[in-house]
Amino acid sequence: MTAPRTLYEKVWDRHLVVPETEATPGVLYIDLHLVHEVTSPQAFSEIESRGLKVRRPDRTFATLDHSTPTLPAVNGQRPYVTDEARDQVARLEKNCAAHGVELAGWDSDARGVVHVMGPELGLTQPGMTVVCGDSHTATHGAFGALAFGIGTSEVGHVLATQCLLQRTSKTLRVTVDGELQPGVSGKDVALAVIAALGFGGGTGYVIEYAGEAVRSLDMEGRMTLCNMSIEAGARAGMIAPDQKTIDWLRGRRKVPQGAAYEAAAAEWLTLASDPGAVFDKEVVLDGAAIRPMATWGTTPDAGAPIGSKVPEPQSDSDRKAIAYMGFEAGQTTTTQAVDVVFVGSCTNGRLPDLRAAAEVLRGRKVKDGVRMLVVPGSEAVRRDAEAEGLDQIFIAAGAEWRLPGCSMCIAMNGDVVGAGQLAVSTSNRNFEGRQGKGARTILASPATAAASAIAGVLTDPREYLTNPEGAPLKQSSAARETVGATNNA
Amino acid sequence: MPEPIRVFTSRSLVLTQANIDTDQIIPARFLTTTETTGLGTKAFYDWRYEADGSARPEAVLNRIDPAEHRILVAGDNFGCGSSREHAPWALYDYGFRAVISTGIADIFTSNALKNGLLPIVVDQATWDDLVAHPEQPVTIDLETNEVRRGNHAPVTFAVEAFARQCLLDGVDTLGWLQNKLPDIEAFEGVHDAHTRSETV
Ligand code: SF4
Repeated sequence: MTAPRTLYEKVWDRHLVVPETEATPGVLYIDLHLVHEVTSPQAFSEIESRGLKVRRPDRTFATLDHSTPTLPAVNGQRPYVTDEARDQVARLEKNCAAHGVELAGWDSDARGVVHVMGPELGLTQPGMTVVCGDSHTATHGAFGALAFGIGTSEVGHVLATQCLLQRTSKTLRVTVDGELQPGVSGKDVALAVIAALGFGGGTGYVIEYAGEAVRSLDMEGRMTLCNMSIEAGARAGMIAPDQKTIDWLRGRRKVPQGAAYEAAAAEWLTLASDPGAVFDKEVVLDGAAIRPMATWGTTPDAGAPIGSKVPEPQSDSDRKAIAYMGFEAGQTTTTQAVDVVFVGSCTNGRLPDLRAAAEVLRGRKVKDGVRMLVVPGSEAVRRDAEAEGLDQIFIAAGAEWRLPGCSMCIAMNGDVVGAGQLAVSTSNRNFEGRQGKGARTILASPATAAASAIAGVLTDPREYLTNPEGAPLKQSSAARETVGATNNA
Repeated sequence: MPEPIRVFTSRSLVLTQANIDTDQIIPARFLTTTETTGLGTKAFYDWRYEADGSARPEAVLNRIDPAEHRILVAGDNFGCGSSREHAPWALYDYGFRAVISTGIADIFTSNALKNGLLPIVVDQATWDDLVAHPEQPVTIDLETNEVRRGNHAPVTFAVEAFARQCLLDGVDTLGWLQNKLPDIEAFEGVHDAHTRSETV
């Protein structure tokens, strides 16, 4: 009998090529390397300067998402924000062609924000090690993968050797018990967890999310939760695979099919942390007590239930954050006019996120003077949303319906929040200037974003839970099949 | 390859704010570059320049001589946020060789160590003293893992052993990893057979 192990330890152990010693880190094997245009060009240059090739193109998969325009081409010209952005995309196209790496490029029906695309294609699978030159790689941990962000030097290491030098992390289990209330989503759980842990509270840890409230989330909600692990400083967040995980992945393009799938799935269920496994730290939250959340400051942990008062600053940094946001301690954040609403990103750009926003908006209008942008996380999400008519709901309400990409989450592609403008955003970072120089960002769920677009101020979505048009949207079952059944990647 | 670090002495630049994220260190709109060099002009860009591109005279980063300020003393949880290696590239190119804080984010630490920028975590009292005396020369000694200043007792700091060796001797990490290729191939033989049911 081996000692009880955590999910993290099990995945770590099965990927260890060379164990760590005091003098050297372990050599960790990487099953899946996701690549995008922003953090890869220097890595390709580095390996090429050494005369090396991508060692395992079959374990490498690329997409275009950060620098890509979300408006369609005009006369065959895509509206890139700068020539440099255009060059960066061309560079990835060239690198992938030269190294035999599959790229979900402009003409692919699979293109999407890297952390939306990986799972929906079934590239991400339980028990894998997954890396990407992107700090929100933890998203893939929702499937019980060990997934974390790396820098560009390390992108080069993985391209050339399929391995990374790594030390083991400490483990932190975050248990969210109880039943989530109506109107409370995975995003609200994420913001509540980060508020509890603090912005740097997870530094040095891999988080495992557990408990009834976590298990009750659908896979998309679990991805939202794992996605934001880095906002508490943790490089990775994981959730043990269960029947939901298996049902969600079955039939997707890149998973084994038929009997081979069921065999793999049976093994995935053994990954869960053993009873008695010891974590370096444990945190328990009451899920039933979580309310729709929004941030008031310029760090993702500065969040509170919508309608609560902005706290008295505890430090100069708090004072600076509150001043930057244009709020005052003791006031609520629900009175200031909202200029921009953004629904999208690898945190909340999936089909259920768009459904939640559409359900609030259906039969209602975005308030005059508010600009609302809805950006699907991938081509698959776009197709499925359009098949269900969600795009029409957004357009009828007065929102803009765009092509997939990171868009206003990082504001590299020309989709920006103006200086001084206040945005309610479903993305993951409310840092100063993240959505554009001088932009002020409130992080919230898709339902909250939609409710705020209607009211023109930050608004609790529970005020809009009953729709004037009656019965809730039908959820088309076509959705799942579109990604699973298309077989032309 | 960045210059190796052994022992150096410098004055520090102090930015006391906590949670200085990588979007502050280098805003995302500069990430369309495909180079690793020349990013020093973009370091803390939105703190240093107005929207029209004119330099803000009050910004301390515009007033100092980077060659004389090789150490950045910054507030807690420095380098949080995105994994962009552009952040240490920009700080190195600006002139910094070390960052001292009471807490430094994981990915930033890993990226900084690969780029000749030494991340040093110190206790609150040491940090407070560094902040109070920015003009005081500080010696960073990677051979003994010590920060020394004035007549204070030396303060030891921790650096991951392998990264430290790389900084001291200029070890080529990728080359080192490539030397493990026989191990990697042997591992793959077994691992691929076990996991190849996936068709990545
Ligand atoms: S959507 Fe935002 S957080 Fe996600 S990968 Fe794109 S830029 Fe990064």
